[in-house]
Amino acid sequence: MVGLLQRAPWSELADDLTDPVVRDALRLSLVCSAGATALAFVLGLPLAWVLARTELPGRRAVRALVLLPMVLPPVVGGVALLLAFGRRGLVGQYLDDWFGVRLPFTTWGAILAEAFVAMPFFVIVVEAGLRSLDRRYEEAAATLGARGFTTFRRVVLPLIAPSLVAGAALTWARALGEFGATILFAGNLQGETQTMPLAIFVELQTNLGGAIALSLVLLAVSIVVLVSLRERWFPA
Amino acid sequence: MRRFAVAVVAIAIAALGAWPAHAGGKKPSGAITVFAAASLTESFDAMAKQFHKKYPDVDVKLNYDSSSNLATQINQGAPADVFASADADNLQKTIDAGAVTPPPVVFTKNRLEIAVEKGNPKKIKGLADLQKSGLVVVLCADQVPCGKYAAEAFAKAGVAVSPASKEENAKATLSKVSIGEADASILYVTDVKASKDTTTGVKIPDKVNVIATYPIGVVKESQNATAAKAWVQYVTSKEGQKTMRKFGFLPP
Repeated sequence: MVGLLQRAPWSELADDLTDPVVRDALRLSLVCSAGATALAFVLGLPLAWVLARTELPGRRAVRALVLLPMVLPPVVGGVALLLAFGRRGLVGQYLDDWFGVRLPFTTWGAILAEAFVAMPFFVIVVEAGLRSLDRRYEEAAATLGARGFTTFRRVVLPLIAPSLVAGAALTWARALGEFGATILFAGNLQGETQTMPLAIFVELQTNLGGAIALSLVLLAVSIVVLVSLRERWFPA
Repeated sequence: MRRFAVAVVAIAIAALGAWPAHAGGKKPSGAITVFAAASLTESFDAMAKQFHKKYPDVDVKLNYDSSSNLATQINQGAPADVFASADADNLQKTIDAGAVTPPPVVFTKNRLEIAVEKGNPKKIKGLADLQKSGLVVVLCADQVPCGKYAAEAFAKAGVAVSPASKEENAKATLSKVSIGEADASILYVTDVKASKDTTTGVKIPDKVNVIATYPIGVVKESQNATAAKAWVQYVTSKEGQKTMRKFGFLPP
């Protein structure tokens, strides 16, 4: 961090930051990380529920699979995504043939790659939240006549809100920094799939100052989010 | 006594005969790290094997990436002994920064080719065909030599292509074509040749083609300059050049 700050070309920072490359990359980073977090929410919440509350056979295997991307090198994840959702991939060829949907080299591809890598953080935190929840609240709701889904929506969700937010924050942070799976699966094109980490990587090849400026932006965004979350959800 | 003198002379002659051909310096030994452009992957891998046969005491480690990335790393003090770049600019960048000892030695050249899927199912005949809509074209990033050369070729041909992605180096770009994710790309002739099982090359006519120049240099801070120089010498030697030709590179 100190190295980064010490080498920062402060005088040219303003120029570097108004560069369209930087603007596009920042916008894409925010869009993709938010999209990945939303995807993790939609897919991860039911998953966490199944893992925490059901006695489904093979639950352990499912949990191991869900958590795998957490320990898997992202580059391997990128290769796996390409083989699954690429144009010739297991699923990708049908997406292309039937719906004309192609994920690689699109913003959706970048979102998918980030979600793949970051979703385990959401699942693991929310599952823990669900497990530590006192089930008597739900039983009480049920005795008062609330159906399953109503109980979930009105009782469970508000009670696990801190877990949801913490999980989402971790997921978002991981998605924001995602590089390996994104560059492999979604490629690198300004305004389409070039998020901040990709822009930093490419910029570093010819323009160290630009790369440092981009890094500082990412650093600032991370700090702002961390600080605002800390005050709101993780009081000291 | 006389017999003893003869023996001494004989031993001295034998010792002289055993004196290595590159007299004057120490015999190369130890390890060297060669930073090389990604497009040199196959040729330098083969070169390292032959080099090791000639100098069994030298261990060659190869690190491949885009020349621009390697140049940045060397300028930031990466522990390299030799730098082989796919363009003159990036080697010059390291010389200007005082990281590599001048002068750069051009050891080979390369040409561009259109890389398409095996058998050319999209029937691409030339650069102009890459403008077709619906065609997924992947190029090297503008910062990387192969991307720079491709842009030059497009400019010469008066063709404007909108790529689906700009990859980080020649091999990453090639892989997108060889796994079928992209329909076409502009790469070096040698890259296409190296992956002929999965890709086919479509020639680019000389008048719009670009010749890539590959210079090599020894890193100033090298901990093993003797072996580093031996590597550069080997690459430029007759034997080394034969290897480069075998992989489709042009004479310097």
